[in-house]
Amino acid sequence: MYLDIIITLIKIAIVFGFVLNVAAILSWAERKQSAVMQDRIGANRADVLGFRIFGLFHPIADTIKMLTKEDWVPPAGDAFVHTMAPFLALFTALVVFAVIPFGDTLHIAGRDIPLQIADLNVGILFIVAFGGLGFYSVVLAGWSSENKYSLLGSLRAAAQLISYELALGLSIVGIVMVYGSIELDDIARAQGQYILGFIPYWGIIAQPLGFLLFFTAAVAETKRVPFDLPESESEIIGYFTEYSGMKFGAFWMGEFIEVVAVAGVVTALYFGGWQIPFVNNQGIFFPGLFTIPLPHVLIVLLQVAAFGLKVLFFCWFMLLVRWTLPRFRYDQLMAFGWKFMVPLALLNILVTGLFMYVF
Amino acid sequence: MEKTATLARELHTREMTLHMGPSHPAMHGTIRIFLELDGETVVSADVEIGYLHRAFEKTCENRTYHQAIIYTDRLNYVSPLINNFGYAMAVEKLFGVDVPERCKYIRVIMSEICRITDHLTNVGATAMELGAITAFLYMIKARETLWKLIEEAAGGRGVTPSYVRIGGVKDDLPVGFTDMALNAFKVVREVLQEVHGLLTKNRIFVDRTKGVGVITSEEALSYGITGPFLRSTGVDYDVRKAKPYMVYDKINFDIPVGTNGDNYDRYLVRMEEIQQSMRICEQALSNMPPGPVKVDDPRITFPCKKDVYTKMESLINHFKLFMDGHGIMPPKGEVYQAVEGANGELGFYVVSDGSGRPYRLRCRGPCFMIMSGLSRMIKGGMVADIVPTFGSVNMIGGECDR
Repeated sequence: MYLDIIITLIKIAIVFGFVLNVAAILSWAERKQSAVMQDRIGANRADVLGFRIFGLFHPIADTIKMLTKEDWVPPAGDAFVHTMAPFLALFTALVVFAVIPFGDTLHIAGRDIPLQIADLNVGILFIVAFGGLGFYSVVLAGWSSENKYSLLGSLRAAAQLISYELALGLSIVGIVMVYGSIELDDIARAQGQYILGFIPYWGIIAQPLGFLLFFTAAVAETKRVPFDLPESESEIIGYFTEYSGMKFGAFWMGEFIEVVAVAGVVTALYFGGWQIPFVNNQGIFFPGLFTIPLPHVLIVLLQVAAFGLKVLFFCWFMLLVRWTLPRFRYDQLMAFGWKFMVPLALLNILVTGLFMYVF
Repeated sequence: MEKTATLARELHTREMTLHMGPSHPAMHGTIRIFLELDGETVVSADVEIGYLHRAFEKTCENRTYHQAIIYTDRLNYVSPLINNFGYAMAVEKLFGVDVPERCKYIRVIMSEICRITDHLTNVGATAMELGAITAFLYMIKARETLWKLIEEAAGGRGVTPSYVRIGGVKDDLPVGFTDMALNAFKVVREVLQEVHGLLTKNRIFVDRTKGVGVITSEEALSYGITGPFLRSTGVDYDVRKAKPYMVYDKINFDIPVGTNGDNYDRYLVRMEEIQQSMRICEQALSNMPPGPVKVDDPRITFPCKKDVYTKMESLINHFKLFMDGHGIMPPKGEVYQAVEGANGELGFYVVSDGSGRPYRLRCRGPCFMIMSGLSRMIKGGMVADIVPTFGSVNMIGGECDR
């Protein structure tokens, strides 16, 4: 019993450590990535004892800066809600990771340890629910700031939420139909099968259109360019106009954690989760030809590493998108969501259903 | 429909007043827009300018003709040399002198380089205001190479080079300028190619700019709008063609025109004008004749320093040109000289009473006319469209407020 709790705590520590560190490094990566794309050098000034290591101290310097800045609450605003909003942003972004499996079940000393913090039987619903809840932080932040620009930002966020949540949910339906489960662990396991014996049965292969729709809607959830309407720094400055210090930092961190979370969900649903092609729980194999046995712990570690790499890839990809595209306008975004994404998602469900009925 | 009407009656809503600027990231700190918003739709917009009013005209009337040059730099500070040349040409017209051929070519080249820097800044800023920061920084990279050129020739970088002298330019172009310019244009062309790839057919960019900030040609003309803004509506008015000055009549170039007068057409017109300006520069660089760069007229031109130190006549001449109550003294009269500035017709109206200071100096800044039409362009649109439309005006506080 105690051992179970300790094991769960260790898993939480590992996942937290991974997510928070990746989010912090993403703040550096975003600056470096944009710099590389824009022919600049990027962050490289913060140093410790003369060591700069490509500006990797910048996240630390930023955090110290934000922690020591004045925490200002608008006098006319609602202090309680104003303070709660950034916490909500962090919480909803982080908690999504509880249901994402990051490795196969580990057998050590006669125990089976599933590499997933909470194996909820409503995993996907949990993700969608907390993704939607994340928008509350934005709405509350804008509302409690008593600033018209913030208010505009939060209204945009609300409009964005209702336009995208539906397409997001509908695009996952395809995955649920194909793998017959809404438990993320089951879905990840099912992606270890092969079509025709050698094509990995990953979500992106089973549901290519669903993947595109889901990824687009998921980027919209992170509130980053081209869907950064709640922020729109050049138009309305953003829902966090009245935030300073670490509360602003929390929104900032929350955004990056959401990026990691979206990358994690996309990986779990569409990119095989922790599966590595042609590696099963015996070792490296090629269907019907040969098998090279590997020790169990090594395989699990490889799978965890593969999961991490896939997540990092999607984080990088989202940075790439962020620095390439301009921003939608809010009526265009609603039109895009309702008139384009939702019908396509419905069509995707229909086609998936037909396929499953015929084959 | 009836149901919505009842709902609207029951739900009491009222417009939100919003002050956009002067402390707003896109308002340059020099403009304020009073907005009445219904949701995100602009019900009414009142544009207030004047935050950068520096009494340019009055200041110039209290300075000598020569001292006024540095104030013209600060009009449109993204293309300062065009202002420089426009002012100098007005004073030269008062004198009735004609500057040497080589000087005219140099002025054409430097004007066009400035026009490119201005358009690069403007197109990049418009993209940035739509969230595409990468395109902006590409443009800035290209602008940097051009500013290096200006620095080589004038000594000052993009904002305040003060390259002109009444009756000529400060110095001849430096050795190797042609090669440097051609290399810089290569960079600009590459960047334009990249930006075309990033924006011109980008669906989001097209959706955000097409049909936004529309103005018809009649309206534009009635406001007195000129420059790329007018040309985007389909009117091919360009001072360089309509009333050729310097050597623009000896150079082949086209005037790009749009059709719809929206933000997208203004973007395309500016992109094409950059190409045409490079074409002009290349022709001017290859056709430029040798010779002096200043007119040989002791009433206007400063004697060279060596002569001032060694020759009596030059010393007296220098003294007369610089002392209070003497200086450059054009004959009595009044002139209007227009040049094609980066934003449109930039005019200088100078009245001389025969003294060393202009009796009246009036500057026609092209932004001012566009700004007066801005509220009409943003009314009925969305809040998100205000910033790109305002960006496409290329409002430069120094030139608009003067």
